[in-house]
Amino acid sequence: MSAPLIRARGLTRVYKLGGGDVHALRGVDLDIERGEYCAIMGASGSGKSTFMNLLGALDRPSAGELVVDGEPLQDKRPDELARFRNRSVGFVFQQFNLLPRTTALDNVALPLLYRGWSLSKRRERAEVCLRMVGLADRMDHHPSQLSGGQQQRVAIARALAGEPAILLADEPTGALDSQTSEDVMDIFDRLNTEGITLIIVTHEADVGARARRQITFRDGLIVEDAR
Amino acid sequence: MNLLAALAVALIALRVNALRSFLAILGVIFGVAAVITTVSLAQGARDAVESRISALGASTLNITAGSRSRGGRQGGAGSGTPFSDADINALRTELDFIAAASGLVQSNVTAVVDGANWPTQMIGANAEYMDVRDWSLSEGRMFTEAETQRAARVAVIGQTTARELFPGGGAVGASVRVNSQPFDIIGVLGDLGAGAFGQDQNDVLLAPVTTVRSRVTGFSRAGVRDPVQQVWVKVAPGFDMELATLELEDYLRVRRNVAPGAQDNFSIRNFADLIRAFNETQRVLGLLLASAGLITLLVGGIGIMNVMLVSVTERTREIGLRLAVGARRRDIRNQFLIESVVLCSAGGVIGLGVGIAVARGIEAFGPAMGLTGLAVSVDPSVALIAIGAAAGVGVLFGFYPAVRASRLDPIEALRHE
Ligand SMILES: Nc1ncnc2c1ncn2[C@@H]1O[C@H](COP(=O)(O)OP(=O)(O)OP(=O)(O)O)[C@@H](O)[C@H]1O
Ligand SMILES: [Mg+2]
Repeated sequence: MSAPLIRARGLTRVYKLGGGDVHALRGVDLDIERGEYCAIMGASGSGKSTFMNLLGALDRPSAGELVVDGEPLQDKRPDELARFRNRSVGFVFQQFNLLPRTTALDNVALPLLYRGWSLSKRRERAEVCLRMVGLADRMDHHPSQLSGGQQQRVAIARALAGEPAILLADEPTGALDSQTSEDVMDIFDRLNTEGITLIIVTHEADVGARARRQITFRDGLIVEDAR
Repeated sequence: MNLLAALAVALIALRVNALRSFLAILGVIFGVAAVITTVSLAQGARDAVESRISALGASTLNITAGSRSRGGRQGGAGSGTPFSDADINALRTELDFIAAASGLVQSNVTAVVDGANWPTQMIGANAEYMDVRDWSLSEGRMFTEAETQRAARVAVIGQTTARELFPGGGAVGASVRVNSQPFDIIGVLGDLGAGAFGQDQNDVLLAPVTTVRSRVTGFSRAGVRDPVQQVWVKVAPGFDMELATLELEDYLRVRRNVAPGAQDNFSIRNFADLIRAFNETQRVLGLLLASAGLITLLVGGIGIMNVMLVSVTERTREIGLRLAVGARRRDIRNQFLIESVVLCSAGGVIGLGVGIAVARGIEAFGPAMGLTGLAVSVDPSVALIAIGAAAGVGVLFGFYPAVRASRLDPIEALRHE
């Protein structure tokens, strides 16, 4: 069997605070294969977001080993991490984080700007991605002219723009009502069947139930890993 | 990320906060405008002096008796012996590089026409004086050397003098009295403009040196026949001025019996050098004013830095997002640097326009406020340097905010409210 897409060993993240250290992750071991669909669950403060941020190279581990898509993230320089974020992972946030006063199309094209693509090529790819999330008719809208669900779909399209191996979503439905949540989750389901590796943090049981693997965190450790 | 894309991002960001962007660059605008105004005025003054030099003739030499090095007439036997008509003739015939030569005596006189008085300067010279000075006539004729030889009572009148004495025109053919001596006016000079030091050259009465000497000034010196106060020569075109000066000096030392090793008992002045030296003081003043403008520009840079810092804080989330989708630190840094440079360059361009407008305004309305002799000249290289300096201020003062933006932690930036 080939090496797993994601491999964590003794993954530790300690936040240094004035009043004492916060041990957000205390040595997590985990393997995730290519094409998996995982839900990460657990109580508030259990370390889910911390873990996701490490997977997405937005943050660096205090100790331990983390290899994602063949890249050992624990000892990469900032520019290499930027390149990894640009090519290997797509991140979807709870708060969408779209650029205001910028069209849906240009929001989606943003990651490709840092790949040095020409404007026409960026927009061409962005259009394909917006089609994938069913927003072909909203390309010229600004975020303020879109509903929450639509904004999150734009954000998903943006995460897909760079054709990453892995899609990371930290509570992607947290800011949406239940009907819109389902629409968004349908998109995730479909993307996974098309082959992308999907890791979603969620508090909602029905969202978690869609995944084929449920990983539960408590106090910075994995306490349950169900398939 | 390529430059064009970065420029587009910067322009969008600046347009979103158009008013703030404009306020931020006011300091830069003032700074550049101040530099452009002062430098243009100084340059204009310099150009005016240069044109006076060429009006005077870069090939003109002025010779006076007495030593130059002592700052005035030197004492001692014979050292101050004035030049004479005979010297003029000798120079004209014996030195082939001299194209024209004239003696000169001058006196402040009162010219009278039908009871109207006008104080003016009377110049006595030879016929060739017109050639030496490159002067021209607007009416009538110049007196001839023959008229000079027989001390004819004829005169050529300057334009200002003509206007004052003959407000209704008709100067040529009329008569003007100086020292109770009538002179027939035979010509009117062309416009001579301002003199080397800004005086009005058109206020003049030009007559044969012989006539002025005998009838007006009574200028004479014991032992010297037909003395003149100054000698003016024009060096033949194409002849090297320094060589001419040296040869003239050698010739005059022999002619005036200067012992070998002794100091010259005359001095030869090249007017171009004299005026340039005078102009140097103006240049220093211009530099001082321009540096005051540069300081304003630097102070304007602080305004830029302030606004860029605010902008970085406001757009922290945007920065976090850009980092999250793959921007490198230098991409973020360059984005803000370009923004700051674009901002300052815009300030530079506006400041250039304002500066030129102010300079032109001073030029246009200065005379009404009693400022004369002002001229404005906008040097394209100065304009480029000013805009370049503004852009440089953008780099200098945009650097710290840009680096700060690039050092943000992506997660903290994304969480920023
Ligand atoms: N920047 C930080 N500085 C200090 N402590 C932090 C920081 N970020 C997270 N923590 C702490 O680390 C622990 C894990 O936080 P984390 O955000 O990973 O939890 P979570 O599982 O995502 O919770 P939630 O479900 O509420 O989002 C918490 O105790 C939190 O207070
Ligand atoms: Mg969380």
